[in-house]
Amino acid sequence: MAGRMVVGSTALAELVRPASGSDPTGAHQLLPVLPELAGLLPNRGLRRGSTVAVGLGHPARSGSTSLMLALLAEASRAGSWCAVVGVPTLGAAAAADLGIELGRLALVPHPGPEWATVVAALIDGVDVVVAAVPGTVSASVVGRLAARARQRGSVLVPYGRWAGADVTLQVIRGAWEGLGQGRGRLRRREVTISARGRGAAARPKEIRVWLPGDGSSRTGRVSSAGVVPPSGGPAVAAPPGVGRTGSRRAALTVVGTSD
Amino acid sequence: MAPVRTMLLWCPDWPVIAAEIVDGVSAATPVAVLYANRVVAASASARAEGVRRGLRKREAQSRCPRLTVLDHDPGRDVRAFEPVVAAVEEVVAGVEVIRPGACAVAARGPSRYFGGEERAAERIVEHVAQTCEVESQIGIADGVFAAGLAARSGRVVPPGDTAGFLAGLPVEALGRPGLTDLLRRLGLRTLGDFAALPAGDVLARFGFDGTLAHRLAAGQDHRPLAVRRPPPDLAVTETYDDPLDRVDAAAFAARTLAERLHETLGGHGLACTRLGIEAVTAHGQELRRVWRHDGLLTAAAIADRVRWQLDGWLTGTSRRPGSGRVGPPRPTAGIIRLRLVPEGVLAHVGLQPGLWGETGAERERAHRALNRVQGILGPESVLTAVLGGGRSPADQTRLVPWGDERAPGRPAAPPWPGRLPSPAPAVVLPEPLPAAVYDAAGELVRVTARLAVSAPPARLEVAVPAVDGAGSVAPGAPVEIVGWAGPWPVDERWWAPAEARRRARFQVGLTDGTALLLSLAGGRWWVEAVYD
Repeated sequence: MAGRMVVGSTALAELVRPASGSDPTGAHQLLPVLPELAGLLPNRGLRRGSTVAVGLGHPARSGSTSLMLALLAEASRAGSWCAVVGVPTLGAAAAADLGIELGRLALVPHPGPEWATVVAALIDGVDVVVAAVPGTVSASVVGRLAARARQRGSVLVPYGRWAGADVTLQVIRGAWEGLGQGRGRLRRREVTISARGRGAAARPKEIRVWLPGDGSSRTGRVSSAGVVPPSGGPAVAAPPGVGRTGSRRAALTVVGTSD
Repeated sequence: MAPVRTMLLWCPDWPVIAAEIVDGVSAATPVAVLYANRVVAASASARAEGVRRGLRKREAQSRCPRLTVLDHDPGRDVRAFEPVVAAVEEVVAGVEVIRPGACAVAARGPSRYFGGEERAAERIVEHVAQTCEVESQIGIADGVFAAGLAARSGRVVPPGDTAGFLAGLPVEALGRPGLTDLLRRLGLRTLGDFAALPAGDVLARFGFDGTLAHRLAAGQDHRPLAVRRPPPDLAVTETYDDPLDRVDAAAFAARTLAERLHETLGGHGLACTRLGIEAVTAHGQELRRVWRHDGLLTAAAIADRVRWQLDGWLTGTSRRPGSGRVGPPRPTAGIIRLRLVPEGVLAHVGLQPGLWGETGAERERAHRALNRVQGILGPESVLTAVLGGGRSPADQTRLVPWGDERAPGRPAAPPWPGRLPSPAPAVVLPEPLPAAVYDAAGELVRVTARLAVSAPPARLEVAVPAVDGAGSVAPGAPVEIVGWAGPWPVDERWWAPAEARRRARFQVGLTDGTALLLSLAGGRWWVEAVYD
């Protein structure tokens, strides 16, 4: 009896392998991303060991922070640990709305001159490390951090100018909806995200998504902070031509794809 | 339930005796300890010259010109009393410290062991006098309150006689000046008079505290003794003849010390959530840092933390960016003594890893990395956000250091009227940026008390912090406003004038596609957050 139990548990232990294990077999190598963003990434997910940069948008404030958070969201929800270095202005409520588990999100707002050391230390243990790039970073540091991420199986997400990323995502345009002259409120924003990179991601791609999407269509999740529109108007109807599926999560919705 | 038969050891004039023990002020000379310019305690020779409790400093000095005046220091009293408690503990078990200078034990055990209450009392007083050279008296009665009064005269009140003993004492013995003053004016001079009042009337007239005093006066002390458990000494210390000045030597030392600590803790069935690491260098410099951990510290985890900390101390200066605070300077000599102090000790209930182990492994790995960063930058530099209630995005978020308890700053439950509608801004400025909003005619936009906007906002100027970092701001280039909504009033904490905030908030969209959250408070515009 005892022998059988031991055998049974060994068999189970082989079936269920820790997600963080360093074995290089297929599925464990990918961290999930929101399905709307999957099309931009070569393997439809964040490949462990890769470097996925988020570039600053063209008008500086047109959605790059939301894009960075959206990139983390699905992996964080699936149980990965994330860290954000050097972004003291991060809005935690927005992160939680996008689906990031705040209990597994560490913030290092002021890494100071130890930036490279801190990022390297985080790569050792955290699945996704977002690092706001301070000014200029020397090519040797870039190479060292990328190599470290590759070796440890973490995903490095430089946030800012970064040479040598596998994929660089960038917000090209962002347009808000819902704000009138003295009425309405910000409801959702259509952003155009471009992806370019090397290897499998060499062909530039572009998608349009709602980021953030219209909160009214979010049925399953209500953030703990809650939302009460002071104007209390009805939800904006989806504009014609928007391919919104009836998905549960509409924090992010694909508007169209143009390769 | 009858009150517990209690034996109370009282050291007369404890603040004076403590000053003698700690500071070496002889208690044989006239000494008075003052708190808030009133005498708290006086030595016997000072009392002989007429110095009494409650006298002002001037008056006490005029009665006794040779008086040495000391400041009251509760910490000194407690420190000096600790050896006395230890001495009592050597004789009897289960000591409760009432206050510095008085401690109580249940009388039943010692009296049976030593063959009588008087003999037990004698034995304790003698042991305290021999060990600590401190004079003490013991009173035995039913209940702590009565025993305390009995100790003043060194009496043993026979069992069941406590109410009679108390009845003869003046009401001042209650130690409640307001109440005793009132009782005196009502003509109640002794505890017996007070105890004779019906309990219901006492509750109605004097409230809860009065009822408690009434029960004490009647000898019904129902408070059980909360005995002091001698804390097991869990800290481990190691002294090194050759100062540790290299990281590898320090790491080796850390490993053995960590294993010893882990064994000690394991032996007591305990685990620690905070680890204090203390080091003394050859030049006498003392370094200390506390590490937090919200799981259990294993031997390897303790060793890692000690190694990282020693690494940080021996190789790098820890300069904390942002706050401008500079960490402890690099030690000037090698480390000669190392001490690990477990803090936040809890009973080892066992931290469950995930059913298949993956939660534990992932967690362990992430925690290790984050603790490493805490070692580089300091524990407050790695944060985690907790969402709570609040009306502005900055209020809703509370940042707690990694490893601390994740408790929200404000409860999320109240409705918080005036909260911002979804979506939440992705960029929340820790310090709002000053701004200015103009209408089409170039006038600053204002909002009346009835929340009417003076004119539609047309242009926004956001101040840009100057590059020199001197805190000055320069007006930025004006940007055209293409859409706006508001004003949404927020009137917070109007009941507390110092914290009251009254604001009107706007969402504005600019020509370049940016959306901002602005607020207008006291005629000035601020950028609170950016919908990035």
